[in-house]
Amino acid sequence: MNFQAVRSIYIFEMARTWRTIGQSVISPVISTSLYFVVFGAALGSRITEIDGVSYGAFIVPGLVMLSLLTQSISNASFGIFFPKFSGTIYELHSAPISYIEIVLGYVGAAATKSIIIGCIILLTASFFVPLQIAHPFWMIAFLLLTSITFSLFGFIIGIWADGFEKLQIVPLLIITPLTFLGGTFYSINMLPPFWQTVSLANPVVYLVSGFRWSFYEISDVNVGLSFSITLLFMFACLVVIWWIFKTGYRIKS
Amino acid sequence: MTSIISIQKLSKTYASGLKALKNINLDIKRGEIFALLGPNGAGKTTLISTICGITNPTTGKITVAGFDVEKEFRKTRSLIGLVPQELTNNAFETVWATVNFSRGLFGKKPNPQLIESILRDLTLWDKRNDKIMMLSGGMKRRVLIAKALSHEPQILFLDEPTAGVDVNLRKDMWNIVRRLRDSGVTIILTTHYIEEAEEMADRIGIINNGELILTEDKEKLMSKLGKKRLTLHLIKPIDKIPQQLSAHHLERSPDGCALIYTYDKRGRRTGITTLLQDLAASNIHFQDLETKQSSLEEIFVSLVKD
Repeated sequence: MNFQAVRSIYIFEMARTWRTIGQSVISPVISTSLYFVVFGAALGSRITEIDGVSYGAFIVPGLVMLSLLTQSISNASFGIFFPKFSGTIYELHSAPISYIEIVLGYVGAAATKSIIIGCIILLTASFFVPLQIAHPFWMIAFLLLTSITFSLFGFIIGIWADGFEKLQIVPLLIITPLTFLGGTFYSINMLPPFWQTVSLANPVVYLVSGFRWSFYEISDVNVGLSFSITLLFMFACLVVIWWIFKTGYRIKS
Repeated sequence: MTSIISIQKLSKTYASGLKALKNINLDIKRGEIFALLGPNGAGKTTLISTICGITNPTTGKITVAGFDVEKEFRKTRSLIGLVPQELTNNAFETVWATVNFSRGLFGKKPNPQLIESILRDLTLWDKRNDKIMMLSGGMKRRVLIAKALSHEPQILFLDEPTAGVDVNLRKDMWNIVRRLRDSGVTIILTTHYIEEAEEMADRIGIINNGELILTEDKEKLMSKLGKKRLTLHLIKPIDKIPQQLSAHHLERSPDGCALIYTYDKRGRRTGITTLLQDLAASNIHFQDLETKQSSLEEIFVSLVKD
């Protein structure tokens, strides 16, 4: 195992975060604060409580999950896309480094960044609403699992994308709508029965539900199912990455 | 000298069907400077990329210091440094950060003293805190060399190292390459500049259409394939070459003031004595003469044309 190489990629990627601190950290904090202003203050005054939790507090886990998903995907996809775009990927191919080590470096850094942002959002939220975390262990487990899984997914998008447009297509056209429709701002129990059933096909529902349960012990779906679906998605991402490196798809001729 | 790189029956066919390399067999000797010449699209970069692990071979075997480049890639790649043809750099990084990153990728612990020494050798030390996008093309090329040397490789691949570089910088590069060779590094370079190969290489390989046409010691190649030209500057210009001199296949200069005779110096008889006798018999007299060895460029053009 070339730990030094993993460390180098990790440090290199994290350095990019600090160099673009405004874009990486400050902008999600500002957008989350705006969500609180719009949804928490404006709508929250009309929707007083959901399952015994104030609306402002209810949306916190969903907002963290929203940032976690989008940040994990964008960090990991850009991290591996940029060397492809600039041509510096030749260094990765010609270095004594295995594919597992490449994934560890890039995905590890992307997951770290999104976890940091998730924690900052939690901290920001604590200024707006009273927070309680009923199951800290499961909260951390969901945080880790989601950030790693969606960083893996972002890594796949970064390999697949052959231009900046494609890099944005999946996050903008698939992930953001799924997140908004995945119970971030509401409980799916508030929907008509038909749309409740349709919502169960949305994987983000399981993430948000499980994560919210770790805070308030309320969930739209079974917590075990939430965790299993996330694990399954992570496994699927790992299989795709294994296939990418085995075949050299879009990274090696 | 023992071989440090051994290539056997190497072929590469891309998914598009393009046969970039066809049954290449080549041994690179430890400590030599090997120049790979060939026109655009001949397969030079594909050959380098395959040895370095950037491209997968279709068939054949490559060993570096006895290790298989596919099965024992960690051992082979740790011995190799690569300077690519394109100026591919992390534009937003500093020189110091990017060179240290390269060393880390090769599994080496940080060594600031070594990196400082490399940057000083390449006159990059003053630029160490500059972002790469602020550097000139020549400096960016040096950064690529510094990155390739950061893990102390035994073999250095230079893919068109002086492409787009001005004359002074090119000569600086040549000096750098010579110093590296003197320190024991094996160097394989591809180049479009025949002058570069002629100036630096110990051995030459010529590749065309994916086939390695020849590999030869540079001096031997020059003497084996190099023709000599004898130019006779005449006292009086002539309108045409007399019939009695036709056996010598002479060329007349456009102004008629010189006759050019091409001969193979490997031959036991060059034909010069007979030519001079025939010239005297034809009442053609010359005031000066000069001989010139064919350049590597002329040899290269003639081989590729064939």
